[in-house]
Amino acid sequence: MSDVAFGNDQPFVRKEILQPEPPPASLVGISGWARQNLFAGPANTLLSVVCLALAIYVAWIMLDFLVLRAVWTGANREACIAPGVGACWPFITARFGQLLYGFYPAEEHWRPATVFFVAVALIAPLLTPAAPYKKANALLFFVAFPIFAVIMLSGGVFGLRPVETRAWGGLLVTLVVATTGIVASLPLGVLLALGRRSKLPVVRFFAIAFIEFWRGVPLITVLFFATYMLPLFLPSGWTIDGLLRALVGVSLFSAAYMAEVVRGGLQAIPKGQYEGAMAMGLRYWPMMILIVLPQALKLVIPGIVNTFIGLFKDTTLVAIVSIFDFLGIIRAAFADPNWATPGTVYTGFAFAGIVYFIFCYGMSRYSRFVEERLDVGHKH
Amino acid sequence: MAITHDGPAPAARPQSTSSIWNDARFRGNVAQIVVVAVVALLLGAMIWNAQENLSNQRIASGFGFLNQTAGFGLNQTLIPYNESSSYGRALLVAILNTLLVAVVGIVFATILGFLVGVGRLSKNWMVRKVCTVYVEVTRNLPLLFHILFWYLAVLAAMPAARNSYSIFGEVFINNRGVYIPRIVFGEGSHVGFIAFAIAVVCVIVLNKWATARREKTGQQFPVFWTSVALLVGLPFVGFALVGFPLTLETPVLKGFNFVGGSRLLPEFAALVVALSIYTGGFIAEIVRAGIKAVSHGQSEAAASLGLKPNLSTRLVVIPQAMRVMIPPLTSQYLNLTKNSSLAAFIGYPELVQVFAGTTLNQTGQAIEIIAITMGCYLVISLVTSLFMNWYNRRVALIER
Repeated sequence: MSDVAFGNDQPFVRKEILQPEPPPASLVGISGWARQNLFAGPANTLLSVVCLALAIYVAWIMLDFLVLRAVWTGANREACIAPGVGACWPFITARFGQLLYGFYPAEEHWRPATVFFVAVALIAPLLTPAAPYKKANALLFFVAFPIFAVIMLSGGVFGLRPVETRAWGGLLVTLVVATTGIVASLPLGVLLALGRRSKLPVVRFFAIAFIEFWRGVPLITVLFFATYMLPLFLPSGWTIDGLLRALVGVSLFSAAYMAEVVRGGLQAIPKGQYEGAMAMGLRYWPMMILIVLPQALKLVIPGIVNTFIGLFKDTTLVAIVSIFDFLGIIRAAFADPNWATPGTVYTGFAFAGIVYFIFCYGMSRYSRFVEERLDVGHKH
Repeated sequence: MAITHDGPAPAARPQSTSSIWNDARFRGNVAQIVVVAVVALLLGAMIWNAQENLSNQRIASGFGFLNQTAGFGLNQTLIPYNESSSYGRALLVAILNTLLVAVVGIVFATILGFLVGVGRLSKNWMVRKVCTVYVEVTRNLPLLFHILFWYLAVLAAMPAARNSYSIFGEVFINNRGVYIPRIVFGEGSHVGFIAFAIAVVCVIVLNKWATARREKTGQQFPVFWTSVALLVGLPFVGFALVGFPLTLETPVLKGFNFVGGSRLLPEFAALVVALSIYTGGFIAEIVRAGIKAVSHGQSEAAASLGLKPNLSTRLVVIPQAMRVMIPPLTSQYLNLTKNSSLAAFIGYPELVQVFAGTTLNQTGQAIEIIAITMGCYLVISLVTSLFMNWYNRRVALIER
């Protein structure tokens, strides 16, 4: 009513703001959290209980089978034949060499092992954002390493005993197929993506036709194509190694998928970058190589890793053309009468599942890490 | 075609000293000619080699084999087929089997994916965690692992027919597959089917009328419940008129096996379960991303307009989320269809198994057979993506 009432000397006006009251006890602490997140209403409580029971049940079955009732040592099926026995781990340890290397001669196992460690030594810094010398590193991995790996694995030169690819198997083949797929498909995919975004109609047509064809058919038919049809297309007298056929098929197949990933990156580069490059007087290829591709490829690292995860999982399909990859060799091991017990199949699947999960989950965590890192720069 | 490059530079027009290579259009044309030449050369060499190799190996060519007798049996046929049928007939059976797995798989994967995807956004911590574990585990294991696991470790370990697991005494699961009851339509059932067809037409007309009335007057009509009543009630009346000629044929154990009902092959069951679980994980992520892509402002605005939560979800959030979800969902459906080819590993008689497997072994005509197999998948992919693109255009945001 009147402005006199708000003078500073009024005794009943507070000078400082009241501290906020603590929230009600039902909203804080563990009980508050549980009330909000687990027991909000009867339906919610029921759902929580059902889910918890399911989780405990599955976890208990796994723990019980894989650890508590498991057999850890033994020489043959006698160890695991007893009723009520869980996982038969000696089955895995007895065949461990085969699971890793297939029928690669035992005294030469150091060769794939070396290749593996060199690969890890090259990939780790390539994937670490902070590590220096990216260009040299990439060059080593994408150019020098494949040559090194081929020499080491197949031998025949430098006094290394030649090992036929028919003897390769297990995790070795899985990694060889996946790595070849990615190393071969990346450059091919970049070319196809550029072709698809090209202004030249003929180039665009061929790129689209190629990409859509391979993306429209399942990998199995591609493997059949590579195994039965490819030899017919080569000049008579040429023979092509069975594993190499599958590798060609896998590379063409994944190149089409890679092309779509790279295209996404190319589309995300703002037009100003292209125009800036052209204003600097750069022609098509210098513009792409120096300005656009470095930015685009960096953007799609998560997509590339996801393609790689898909490829890694798809390597299991090479078993259809009698190449024994990791899963294939485990499946073959089920037929071994020495280890035929009721638990063998479950043990094999458990081991295969753990190995595949570790690889794929690790890679997907990495891709999420890169995604989050890239995301930082884009927040306004 | 260096026209001005070598010759003496005309002094009058300095810009023409620059080579014709600086003309982007000319360079583009040259590049295109080179690409065409290389592709033509490659294709020519391939065809020439193939002809020579085929004549060397005395392999017949052409598609005449499609009319020859196949001579092998198939353990699941949706259309009449026997050993004296032709390869062409076998191809048709195989395509239908592929489509059957794909359609059933897509339905289950979608249901599972939507449930888990919504579960991952649930306010309930326990539900969220269980759904996250499901998604991580299914997506990070190879599909072949899922299929072999369900086939070798779960279904093969089912008891023999005598000790089948039974669900309410109607469905039986044993190591020979899953036995489900079958509805047998007796004499006069066509009345019921005609009634159903009439109901469908009525629902469509009703829908149109209700929409038109709502646009005009703003009055709502309970379309959904009326439709349900029509679809259930009319066939019921139809069947009642002819005295219910329907019988439910329940599988019954006779001797060592079940008689009656329908039998689902264990291969089929394993394949459908594995494909649904695997693809369901991917669909769950798509659903989650789609719902999260609808900004909070939308549901807040809906609430401030007075829409109840379930209405705002149905009318505001879901339609916008669908827009984001359709393209990746399409590619998942296509993936599932293509992935059904993994059935070849467990011997379910689908396209790859029957055609690129058995038929290829018998005839040896690799080029024709693999071309047909790939062609079938391409057509399926193309039709699916055309349909989904049409649907996508319908739901797409129409901007000014």
